Amino acid sequence: MSIDMNALEKGIEILGLGWGGIFVVMIIIYLVSLGLCKLFPPRKDD
Amino acid sequence: METLIEGVQALGAEPGRIVMMLIGCILMYLGIKKEYEPTLLVPMGLGTILVNIPGSGVLSIDGAAGPFQVLFDAGIETELFPLLLFIGIGAMIDFGPLLANPFLLLFGAAAQFGIFFVIIVAALLGFHIADAASIGIIAAADGPTSIFVANSLGSKYMGAIMVAAYSYMALVPIIQPIAIKAVTTKKERQIRMTYRPGEVSKTAKILFPIIICVVAGLIAPVSLPLVGFLMFGNLLRECGVLDRLSVSAQNELVNLISILLGLCVSVKMVYTDFLQFDTLLVMGLGLLGFVMDSVGGVMFAKFLNLFRKEKINPMVGAAGISAFPMSSRVIQKMATEEDPGNFILMQAAGANVAGQIASVVAGGLVLGLLL
Repeated sequence: MSIDMNALEKGIEILGLGWGGIFVVMIIIYLVSLGLCKLFPPRKDD
Repeated sequence: METLIEGVQALGAEPGRIVMMLIGCILMYLGIKKEYEPTLLVPMGLGTILVNIPGSGVLSIDGAAGPFQVLFDAGIETELFPLLLFIGIGAMIDFGPLLANPFLLLFGAAAQFGIFFVIIVAALLGFHIADAASIGIIAAADGPTSIFVANSLGSKYMGAIMVAAYSYMALVPIIQPIAIKAVTTKKERQIRMTYRPGEVSKTAKILFPIIICVVAGLIAPVSLPLVGFLMFGNLLRECGVLDRLSVSAQNELVNLISILLGLCVSVKMVYTDFLQFDTLLVMGLGLLGFVMDSVGGVMFAKFLNLFRKEKINPMVGAAGISAFPMSSRVIQKMATEEDPGNFILMQAAGANVAGQIASVVAGGLVLGLLL
């Protein structure tokens, strides 16, 4: 096996965009969750 | 009699078949005796024996595809089995505690670090980027996502990836404590956290899976099969009018798919494909991924503690992997060992559920970046 520099570059790109992307998605879901709980608070019959 | 002699001679001529049969026995032993993911390891173990018998009819009969191959083509090549499994998993998840404490979602993201760390290491070791990404996804600690991604990327290491993904998931109680203790102090593991239970409305629980589908679809459309099926299962659970379907998805559907999945995955356990040095590397990298997931989660919690007045027990960060509910139980057990009065199960369970969402998002994003 030899080091494939293109693959390594792609790996680092995936680290940045992928891991960063997960944080972005999770932050959006976090905000959605906050919004949902705020807009639809529990009622007595829930 | 002649066939028997020919079969024994073929086994002797290809000792790799015998080695694979022994591996099949070990998988069944781990499943039956140690109860490590028995729903998958038992059928996979027997399947491994069946596919390595010389001239096995499960793979081909008179040149035509045998039953295992037919199942593989129908369920794995098309990616249907892992997706159907996600309906059942979605129906099993209660997002309520997470909606009440959405801050825990971030730990789900942090604990996916192992995926990306392993992709880089695998690339450094010379694996093609598609194989490196497939190996990295083992660290999602999520069997169906691993199968889906490895198959979508056409990885030749599917068998090893499956074995690694499910074996390490079962070994979470051994792997996580070692990894966590390596990067935390006793004092940190003793940190107590206050749990504030919040009530979540039925409407919020129903809207949550629908909105997640839309958000995930807009950000990474490739992830929609994974996220969509998971959230569909959750919608069955939460909508309140499909309880019968929800129960079926959680039980019959998951059970049936698990039986078929375990058997047909063994198509990739033929000795010529499996007994290679690369397989050992894949297994080693998978283990590294699980360790780095825990380290990533712990380090993220420690980082947050730099800015927080109310400290987080860093072990909660490690619960952000997808192995639910095993990881949260491990974290609670560790907390109790350090301080018998420390109760962090609810926070760990929230992070653990977040890990289930994050792992499918990770799979979708990796596919989106590579396809």
